[in-house]
Amino acid sequence: MALAAIAPSSAILARHRVRPRRRVAEGVVIGLLSLATLVGVALLVTILGYVVVRGLPAIDLAFFTERPKPFGEVGGGIAPSLIGTVLLAVVSGAIAIPIGIASAIFVVEYRSGRFAGPVRFAAELIAGLPSIVIGVFVWTLLVRGVVGHYAAIAGAVALAVIMVPIVARTVEEVLRLVPHSLREAALALGAPRWKVIMSIVLPTARAGVITAAVLALARSAGETAPLLLTALGNDFFSTDLLRPIGALPLQIYRYAISPYDDWHTKAWGASLVLVVVIGAVGMLLRVVARQRVR
Amino acid sequence: MSVTLQETRARASDEAERRRPPTEATAPAEPRAIALRTEKLSAFYGAAQAVGDVDLTFEVGAVTAIIGPSGCGKSTLLRCLNRMHETTPGARASGRVLLGDVDVYAPATDPVEVRSMVGMVFQKPNPFPMMSVYENVAAGPRLRGWKMSRREMDDLVERNLRRAALWDEVKDKLHRSGAALSGGQQQRLCIARALATDPSVLLMDEPCSALDPIATYKIEELVRELSHEVTIVIVTHNMQQASRVSERTAFMLAADDGIGRLVELGRTDDLFTMPTDARTEAYITGRFG
Repeated sequence: MALAAIAPSSAILARHRVRPRRRVAEGVVIGLLSLATLVGVALLVTILGYVVVRGLPAIDLAFFTERPKPFGEVGGGIAPSLIGTVLLAVVSGAIAIPIGIASAIFVVEYRSGRFAGPVRFAAELIAGLPSIVIGVFVWTLLVRGVVGHYAAIAGAVALAVIMVPIVARTVEEVLRLVPHSLREAALALGAPRWKVIMSIVLPTARAGVITAAVLALARSAGETAPLLLTALGNDFFSTDLLRPIGALPLQIYRYAISPYDDWHTKAWGASLVLVVVIGAVGMLLRVVARQRVR
Repeated sequence: MSVTLQETRARASDEAERRRPPTEATAPAEPRAIALRTEKLSAFYGAAQAVGDVDLTFEVGAVTAIIGPSGCGKSTLLRCLNRMHETTPGARASGRVLLGDVDVYAPATDPVEVRSMVGMVFQKPNPFPMMSVYENVAAGPRLRGWKMSRREMDDLVERNLRRAALWDEVKDKLHRSGAALSGGQQQRLCIARALATDPSVLLMDEPCSALDPIATYKIEELVRELSHEVTIVIVTHNMQQASRVSERTAFMLAADDGIGRLVELGRTDDLFTMPTDARTEAYITGRFG
């Protein structure tokens, strides 16, 4: 009796014994996957390594403190671009971060509202726009229009347009992670809706909101195309929002397409600085994110 | 409108004061004043009706338990009493809820004011995780924008932690995170937080269902203690708990149409020993639910 019950299943096992062909297929797939991973990692290491090797010779104190030398002269630094990148980040962040956070709050906290869906859709559309298109748009609006010439403020606005959907989408995710029970607890205490959001929801999501802001800043720090049409670039020290201003990506672009070896080296140096800054910010983010889990 | 609500609050607390039992024997003799009353209260989620035409009264300074099987609408009913129900998207209520003589659902009544006078404790302890024990208790007054000195706030926090029988356990860790407390302590912290805005009614939505028996015992003891100063409505699926803590019990049941209705309201002793409705008897003897 017992044997009869066991018999059919062992028959099935016998029929499904692993065949050599399947083993080969398995091996091929694993091999391809490993190869793809290897290529990806090798590419990253090569690019980073190349930037470091080519960029390091350009790095010295003057590189960070001096302004670029005129055409054909050797020496000088990228200080105006560094200052420009920081200024653009501050101004574009001041514009984009509040707008991004506000629209995320609107979408998550007032989701029953009629406009939440369209707002979200608009953010997605902007996120999908090529950055050069945003550059052309701001060029028409500010450079040709309101301001009348190339200006730092136009660059900041272009970067802000790129940042808003990044901030909005990331903050949206973070706000959704705040337990609904906390909102209920605050509402039940007799708190008005806006106070629940400002005093309970946002503080609870603080780490995530900071992450979103820094993420957007890091992303915009590497943008080049929209700045070509708006901030233009400037080899002189400037903090005037109504004048053209330098930025690291612009400096890299200008040096890279020049015919001088010294400028090529400086382009690599500026690339190295940009990569290190963005990398450091990313690292910092990981630390912040890990603290949130704890 | 808020003036009227304030008057109601003052009257309710006077009443509670007067009703504080001087001697045990005289307590149940005369009918007590009504703190909260529902008239033809119905609740909906979108098109689906969850609660139908409930008429209930809640006496001042008494514990009223609402019992019934899962899905009978007892939690929904509770959430209608302080207008929390409508914070769920698509949810609405009809009928009247009278707090003293103010209609909670009158167009001129501000739901935010109602919620400050009708406190709520939820099923799962939900202290604000980024706030300390102290800040959790102070959260209500601060969110309400009460102007208080540091001293007054310290006093308020201590007083309400004592009312929630938590002071002795947390007085040395007032500035640690509220989330670091045990489950039972967290729930008592939530009770202290709800008491801090000085509500005249406290709604409790299965406050012990996430707690172990010892923590449950402490909360039940606290509920009986608090009933001398605040009107308590407690929803529970645990009939033993209802019989332990409440003076009056309401039994709700969802009919085949899925709408929860009130079957019976009575003194807890009477309802559990000689229910007037056959369905109540069937439920308390364990034949369904």
